[in-house]
This record gives sequence, structure tokens and C-alpha cells, in this order.
Amino acid sequence: MSSNEYPKVYLYRRIVKAKLFIDAHYAEKIDLDNISDEAWFSKFHFIRLFKTAYGSTPHQYLQSVRIGKAKELLRAGKPVSDACFLVGFDSLSSFSGLFKKITGETPSSFAARYQQNKQAIAKNPLAFVPGCYAYQHGWTENRNFEETDQ
Amino acid sequence: MITKMTITNIHVIDQDSAFDFYVNKLGFRVVDDIPMGPDTRWLTVSPPEQPDLQIVLFPVKVSKMFPQETADTLIALIRKGVFGCGVLTCRDVFATYEELKAKGVEFIKAPTKEFYGTEALFKDDSGNYFSLQPISNFDENDI
Repeated sequence: MSSNEYPKVYLYRRIVKAKLFIDAHYAEKIDLDNISDEAWFSKFHFIRLFKTAYGSTPHQYLQSVRIGKAKELLRAGKPVSDACFLVGFDSLSSFSGLFKKITGETPSSFAARYQQNKQAIAKNPLAFVPGCYAYQHGWTENRNFEETDQ
Repeated sequence: MITKMTITNIHVIDQDSAFDFYVNKLGFRVVDDIPMGPDTRWLTVSPPEQPDLQIVLFPVKVSKMFPQETADTLIALIRKGVFGCGVLTCRDVFATYEELKAKGVEFIKAPTKEFYGTEALFKDDSGNYFSLQPISNFDENDI
């Protein structure tokens, strides 16, 4: 069966187009109208198909993409307010509330924990690698990863 | 008794390229990305809904583990497409197929109904291949 032969290929391509639209435009002021327009569906039909394919509504998916991207920004050291607005939220309180609902911790707590962990890794990277792998790679023989003169 | 698998390897030819493939194309999450000296890093990823399985993106290059001849042989076999690295599960194999294709992933088999279910096959950026199958209770007739 080639890609053009499986059933309802045209529907799948439109659903995927909508998902990729969310992936590309999550930081903009997009809503369900934009997204369903992108896929050329009526809103109701679109929500049903999207949820069948992905297990969440387009709105839930957009929220999860935004929170995932916010986590990346926080890991990169961006302040919480920057992360909030850069991923498309208007309000810091709604961002923080949703972040906590999805991840189980506040954005500031997430960022602090990540930075703490990063410092611990920088101080002793080998403590974070299973010993069997470190040994096989020869990393245990040069714990400070210094350049050696051969 | 053994309770679960926590860490497994996928041998890759280029770690930077593998990072792009597994993270940006497949959507895997980075668990560890720790520099381990010049040109070496401890890089592990997890499927999005399986955070307790770490997959080591293990570079094949001349090292204590891989003498030149072994590395050359392994790289040749990976490029040839000899190694199947497992079954990856998605909700809807047709939607996932269209999405990955749009992202440039190379499929060696489009979604096909087999006696054991619907399956597609794709290759990673090194040449390792995977079977892509839907979750067991997904009903394609719902679309």
C-alpha cells in the first residue's frame, strides 16, 4: 500500500497540517479558528478528528506545546516572565497556573531545580553517568577530562 | 528478578545529527546531555511518554571500546541498514507517518496492514530502522 492508497489520506494530511501549524506558530496569538481554517475543517469536525488522531484537543495540544517550549527557555536561563510571553501567554498568572498543572511545579521552582542540577553536573559529571558506561568509554581514567599529551 | 529495562543503546554515526533526528524530528525528550571532554558527550533521550527508559545515542567512533576495524565494520553495517532497533508506538500510525514524512524522515515501508496489525518502517539518520505501530486499542475507523 503506497502513501496515496491508504484510506482517508486527504484527512490525515489536513490533520497533520494543523498540528504542524501549531508546532510552528505556538508563540503567536493563534486560536481554534486559525487552526481549523489551516486544515479546512469545520471547528466541530476538526476537534473530533484531531482528538482521535492525537488523544488531545487542539487547544490542549497547543497548551502542552507552549509549556514544553517554556521549559526549554527556562532551562536556557530565561526569566519566568520572558518564557511566559515568548511562548504566547498574555498573563503570567495563567501561565504559572497551567505550568504547575502540567508539570507539577511552578516555573520558578522548575528553573531553580534545573540550574541547581546543572551546577551539580558541571562540578562532577561522572556522578550522572552510569559507572559501567563511564568505565567502557574510559572516562573514569581521566576524571577531569583534561587534554593529554600523547 | 528483573523488573524493567532502564537504559538501552542505539549506535549512531554522528551524535549531533542523531540529536536533531531523535529530538527535533521524532520528538524524543533529552534526559542527559553532558559534555565528557573534547568531542564527546553523554547523550540520552526518552520517548515522550516513557521517561523512565533512557536511550543512549551511542556514537560509533574509534575509542577504547571500538578499535578502528570494529568501528569501520559497525559503521558500514549501520549504513547498510542491517540493524532494526525496535518497535516505536504511536497513537495513529497514519498521522504519525504523514508528520514524520513532512519532517523529512525516510520511510522504507508506508503504513501497511499486516496480519499482526498496521505497520510502517523508517530509518534514522544513521541507517538504523524502526517499526512504527499504533497503540493496540486504536481504531482506525474512528477517523
